[in-house]
Amino acid sequence: MANPNERNGDNGRNSNGSDDADLTARMRSLDARLDQATAQRAKTEPRAARPKSDSTALGQALRLSAEFVSGVVAGGIVGWLVDYLLGSSPWGLIVCIILGFCAGMLNLMRAAGMVKPARHDEKR
Amino acid sequence: MASPIEQFQIKPIIPVINFTNSSLFMVGTVAVIVGGLLLATRHRAVVPGRAQSVAEMLHDFVAGTLRDAAGQDGMRFFPLVFSLFMFVLTANMLGMIPGFFTVTSHVIVTFALALLVIGTVVIYGFVKHGTHFLGLFVPSGVPAWLLPFIVVIEIISFLSRPISLSLRLFANMLAGHIALKVFAGFVVSLLAAGGALSILAPLPLLMAVALMALEFLVAFLQAYVFTVLTCIYLNDALHPGH
Repeated sequence: MANPNERNGDNGRNSNGSDDADLTARMRSLDARLDQATAQRAKTEPRAARPKSDSTALGQALRLSAEFVSGVVAGGIVGWLVDYLLGSSPWGLIVCIILGFCAGMLNLMRAAGMVKPARHDEKR
Repeated sequence: MASPIEQFQIKPIIPVINFTNSSLFMVGTVAVIVGGLLLATRHRAVVPGRAQSVAEMLHDFVAGTLRDAAGQDGMRFFPLVFSLFMFVLTANMLGMIPGFFTVTSHVIVTFALALLVIGTVVIYGFVKHGTHFLGLFVPSGVPAWLLPFIVVIEIISFLSRPISLSLRLFANMLAGHIALKVFAGFVVSLLAAGGALSILAPLPLLMAVALMALEFLVAFLQAYVFTVLTCIYLNDALHPGH
């Protein structure tokens, strides 16, 4: 934002001498280099996220522990609710715990597969 | 010797309004976060001081996590995600101070936080995408005869999210604090046993010190995992896939 104004001011004083012209040229080249550096940093930014993958990997490992159990627990709760509402005891619980087992497996595989970008894209 | 689970007991402080030690530490956590951040950003210098750079690091860390998982759209949830991260992290860290109560070691607290996240996902998903949000439960490329099973499994899988989110945080904090207390208790009982057993007393002490370091790591990592999963679930609300 500030650059065009500055440049105009410099251009106004340009006739004063070659020093100003030199300064303008240097500022312009500095601008260009700054832009280049910013663009490059923006490009490398996603890659900068890689080095912290150490803590991310440990986080992933801690994640997996609860994924499977929670699937079975959720299935159990759903099954109990179905039995409670429909009076179909014990069939709702049996079927839903088995389905919850499947859901837990799905959770687990999804959580583990999440590290691969292909899987992530596929899910989207 | 005190029981290892005595530290999780809820004691009323002001019984009339059900204000307990848990409530006190929740209020304390919020006070620490708000006070700390206000203090850190007081000067708003272009070149940050120590406190300000810590605040900026926290901001950038959460913003980066959210942007990685949910894209630029996800930044509208930044206030929620940052509040959750700061609350869980500060509550975990305050719990590491000896004698302090750990708010996140109670499943009802973490479950409330998880319900907040899932509630946001469901409400925002339906408001933004309408019935299209239900496409989350119908994966593409599945044979028609298999679809009913897959949909039920997907629904159970979705329902298990708040459970896994809350269970993980609560179980890790609970187990860690119990383990610390048990090893610290060994030191006392070995010393009390006297004789040759007293010589062994430093061993569990070393273990307790090592566990303390591990617990600090876990306290941070669990806050981080909670945040990452929140971001991933919010991504589902923003872009319910096919």
